[in-house]
Amino acid sequence: MLFYMMRRLLVIPFILLGVSVVLFVLTHMMPGDPAKVMAGEHAPQQTVELIRKEFGLDKPLPEQYRIYISNLLHGNLGIATVTRRRVSEDLGLYFPATIELTLVAIILTVLMGVPLGVLSATKKDTALDHLVRFTALSGVSLPIFWLGLILQLVLYGKLGLLPIGGRLDVEFLPPPHVTGFFTVDSLLALNMKAFGQTLTHLALPAFTLAFSSLAVVSRMTRSSMLEILAQDYIRTAQAKGLAQRTILYRHALKNAVIPTLTVIGLQAGALLSGAFLVEAIFNWPGLGLYTMRAITRVDYPAIMGTSLLITLVFIVINLVVDLLYGLIDPRIRF
Amino acid sequence: MVVLVAAALLAPQLSPTSPNKIVLANKLLPPSAAHPLGTDDLGRDLLSRVIYGTRVSLASGLVVVIIAMIIGVSVGLVAGYFGGLIDAALMRASDIFLSFPRLVLAMAIAAALGPGLMNGMIAVALSWWPWYARLVRGQILTLKQADFVLAASCIGAGHARIIGWHLFPNTVGLVAVQASLDLGYAILFTASLSFIGLGAQPPLAEWGSMIAAGRNYLLTHWWYPTFPGLAIFLAVLGSNLFGDALRDILDPRLRHLG
Repeated sequence: MLFYMMRRLLVIPFILLGVSVVLFVLTHMMPGDPAKVMAGEHAPQQTVELIRKEFGLDKPLPEQYRIYISNLLHGNLGIATVTRRRVSEDLGLYFPATIELTLVAIILTVLMGVPLGVLSATKKDTALDHLVRFTALSGVSLPIFWLGLILQLVLYGKLGLLPIGGRLDVEFLPPPHVTGFFTVDSLLALNMKAFGQTLTHLALPAFTLAFSSLAVVSRMTRSSMLEILAQDYIRTAQAKGLAQRTILYRHALKNAVIPTLTVIGLQAGALLSGAFLVEAIFNWPGLGLYTMRAITRVDYPAIMGTSLLITLVFIVINLVVDLLYGLIDPRIRF
Repeated sequence: MVVLVAAALLAPQLSPTSPNKIVLANKLLPPSAAHPLGTDDLGRDLLSRVIYGTRVSLASGLVVVIIAMIIGVSVGLVAGYFGGLIDAALMRASDIFLSFPRLVLAMAIAAALGPGLMNGMIAVALSWWPWYARLVRGQILTLKQADFVLAASCIGAGHARIIGWHLFPNTVGLVAVQASLDLGYAILFTASLSFIGLGAQPPLAEWGSMIAAGRNYLLTHWWYPTFPGLAIFLAVLGSNLFGDALRDILDPRLRHLG
C-alpha cells in the first residue's frame, strides 16, 4: 500500500509538468494579443511593442515556457495583467471564497444526500422512495446555472427570502481577514451580524452547487444500502432481535458508506467545475469569476496560475480519496 | 416513458413552428396563445427558438460523443492490445487530460480555439475521450487473456484482424451504454460553454446562449431564460432514462460476454 502511494506521489510532478505544457500551449493559443490589452485600445504601435518586449512576449514560445517554469519553481507566478498584482496575491484573495463555497456544498451534499439515500432504501418502493429517486434523477440532469437562476427567481425575486448574490450585503464590510473564510472570520471576530449575513448569502449558491452531487450521493447510498440490507448478516441481526434502528446504524450504514465515500470524492471534481458556473450566476468573488475575467482579458499569467492551482487541487483531492478508500476498506489494502 | 421522451426530442426538429424571424415590435411578450413561450428581447418567438435549439443541442451532443468515442476507443484499443511502452505513453497522455476537472479543461480548450459552436464541440470532445480510452483499455486487458483471442493468434491472425474482428465487437456494448448516458451530459456541457460565451454565438438558437442572454431579464421577464433551461433539463433527463434502459437491456447480454 505504501508502495502504491509512493508511486502515485512520484508521478505527480511529471503530470504537473505535462499539465503545465498543455495549459501553456492552450493559453497562448487564445485569441487576442495581451500586449495590446495591456497597452490599452488607443495606444500607438510603439507602446505595444515596448510592452511586448518588456514582458518577454516577443521571445519564441519554448523560451517563454522555460522562463515561466523557472519563475514558477521560485514561487513567482507572475503579475496579472488585469489587476496589476502578483498572481499569487490574487489567488490568495479569490481562492478562499471558492473553497468556502465548495466546502459548504460538500457538507450539504453529505448532510442531505446520505439521509435521503438511507430513507429511500428503507422505504423502498413507497411514494417517498419514488420522490427521492425522481429528485435524484432530476438533480443530475439539471443544468447548474439554470437551477441557480430559477432559485434566484423564486427565492429572491418572488419571495424575497434570500439575497441575490455576493458574499455579503453591499453596505457591509467584511470581517478582519484571518482565514479568508467569512464564516470563520466573522465568528472569530464575534461579529454575529456578519456571520448571519454570510450564511444567508452562502445558502443559495452552496445549495445550487450541491444539488447534483447530492443527487448522486443519495442514489449511491440507496443502492449500496439496498445491497447490504439484503445480506445475510442483517437477517441474522434481525433474528437476534436487535432493534431496527441499531441494525440500520451500527451494521448497515457503516458498510454502505464505503462506496459512498468514493462517490463523494469523485464529486469533488464536479463541484470544482460547477463552482465556476455558480460563481458566475451569483456574483461570488471566487476563482471562477477571476479566471473568466482573465480569459476575456487574455491575462496569461492569471490564467496559467488559476488553472495550475485548480488542477493541483483536483489531483490532490483524487489522491486523498484513493488513500482514504484504501484505508477504510481493509479488503483493498495491498 | 423513455420512448416518449426520446420521441418528443426528435420529432420537433421535423416540425418547427416558424423560422427565426425578428419582429422587434413584439419585444419581451409574456407567454400567450400566439407565442406559447413568450418572446425574447428581439421579438423572436421563443417556442420556435427552443425547438430549433433542439436540433443544435442534439446534434452537438451527438458530434461530441462520436468524436470522443472515435478517439477514445482507438486509443484504448491500441493501448490495451499492444501494451508495453505504447500503453504507458498513451496512458500518461490521457492521465494528463484526466488531471483536469472536465469542465475547466473544456473551457480552456474552447477559450484557446476561439468562440464558435464547432470549437465548443471540439473542446468538449477533447475533454471526454480519456474516459472512453480508459474504459476500452480495461476491457481489452481482460479480454486479451481470453481463449478465443489466443486461438486467433495461433491461427496466424495479424494484429489488425484480431483487434478489428475479435476485440472491438466485444467492447461495443460497454461503449454504447456509456455513450448513450453521456449524450445528455455532452449536451449539458456544450450548453454550459455557450452559457459562458465560449460556444454557440448569437444569433444561433442554442439553449445555453439563450439562457445567458435571458439572464438579465430574469426578474422582470421570467420566461426568457426559464424555458430554454427547461429544454436542457428535459433533454438530459430523457437521455439518462434512455441510457439506463439501454443498460438494462444490454446487461444480461454483457454478462454472457464476461
